[in-house]
Amino acid sequence: MSIIEFRQTSKHFGPLKVLDHVDLSIDEGEVVVLIGPSGSGKSTLLRCINGLETITGGDLIVDGLSVTGGKKQLREIRQEAGMVFQQFNLFPQLTALENVAFGPRKVRNLSKEQAEEVAIDLLDKVGLAEKAGHYPAELSGGQQQRVAIARALAVKPKVMLFDEPTSALDPELKQEVLNVMRQLATEGMTMVVVTHEMNFAKQVGTRLIFMEHGKIAVDGHPREVIDTPPNDRMKDFLQHVE
Amino acid sequence: METDWSVIFDYLPALLAGAKTTVYITILGLVGGMVLGTLAGLMRAYGGWLLNAIAFVYIEAIRGTPIVVQVMFLYFALPVLADIRIDPMSAAILAIVVNAGAYIAEIVRGAFLSISKGLTEAGLAIGLPHWKVLLYIVGPLAFRRLIPPLGNQFIVSLKDTSLFIVIGVGELTRTGQEIMASNFRAVEIWTAVAIIYLIMTGTLTLILRVTEKRMKIL
Repeated sequence: MSIIEFRQTSKHFGPLKVLDHVDLSIDEGEVVVLIGPSGSGKSTLLRCINGLETITGGDLIVDGLSVTGGKKQLREIRQEAGMVFQQFNLFPQLTALENVAFGPRKVRNLSKEQAEEVAIDLLDKVGLAEKAGHYPAELSGGQQQRVAIARALAVKPKVMLFDEPTSALDPELKQEVLNVMRQLATEGMTMVVVTHEMNFAKQVGTRLIFMEHGKIAVDGHPREVIDTPPNDRMKDFLQHVE
Repeated sequence: METDWSVIFDYLPALLAGAKTTVYITILGLVGGMVLGTLAGLMRAYGGWLLNAIAFVYIEAIRGTPIVVQVMFLYFALPVLADIRIDPMSAAILAIVVNAGAYIAEIVRGAFLSISKGLTEAGLAIGLPHWKVLLYIVGPLAFRRLIPPLGNQFIVSLKDTSLFIVIGVGELTRTGQEIMASNFRAVEIWTAVAIIYLIMTGTLTLILRVTEKRMKIL
């Protein structure tokens, strides 16, 4: 069953067309990797799913709800679609534990004790239980991103959206974040990932989408389309990434 | 004429009563100014075009006119225009509310907008309504950045109360002026008045320093 469905979805920034009549259906359990040159619309496509960008044409259905259905409906969608950002965006005035407990408390209305129980379990899952009392500024980039993943998971989403989650990290820190993401995928989480990590795409991805000029240019199995790119533009792009 | 510093002690009770009035006007005026300023600042930062326009006109009208003119308008012109009569004390407090409010609005707007947009997105992305993101995440961070410029405005407003001499409010400067008129001890009395102002602004500075130290800017 499809959990995310783009129907002729378009997005304009003024005269600039960033998404051009995109049709795309993502099923539960899929790990979709989005790649493409900068400005191709891959981040925008991702951000439309949870309404951080407003679509300007067509429709976009997430878990049976349209993103155009008003503020309340958009909040419901956001609780079903967690997001992880390139710059982590942890709340600096809260500890790791408070960051993760924040969603359950303020969105799911759990008590402080219940929310912290959820949070400590998730910090444990991302391997950071012993850092619970630390503030974001006291954590490495990789650790911050793992806390950010736990924070998104705490609201119990059905889909996880990753917007270049390792692009701001040093090479040796990327792996700890990718490992957490790999684990999530094996647990059956539906994931949409914007990334330049081709090894991750091949090993973890179930589907790869190459975007160009606001359109889906290639849609296929990661290993197949990476090893034998179906068009020159993608071949060219892959040579620059590797 | 020789200076005789002992006259200060004769008039100290009167001067302190004037200082009390100054503090009273300042505190009430700034409490009101904070409420009005926060509201106007948030309207500027997050309001639709109408709320934004209202706040903009208010802020520009106040920042573009002297506070003496504002209090004269409240005290002398408003009764004629709208048949609203107010006593000098109320006019003084209201003048501080309206005047400080405009400057505080810009301080609040700047502080809120200086908080990284990514944090707002992170709050929205977990499904919070925008007002809760402002209340729980952006607000507490902005508040820390508010303190230094706010302290500045508090000191300016405290000193601005001296201008209410024009509508005859018995604050510190007016009290000094009245004493001076009776004994011509200009050096002694104005020195005493200046020192009392310094003690008041110094106390304010100290309180703000301590508050700022207790809060890390993040």
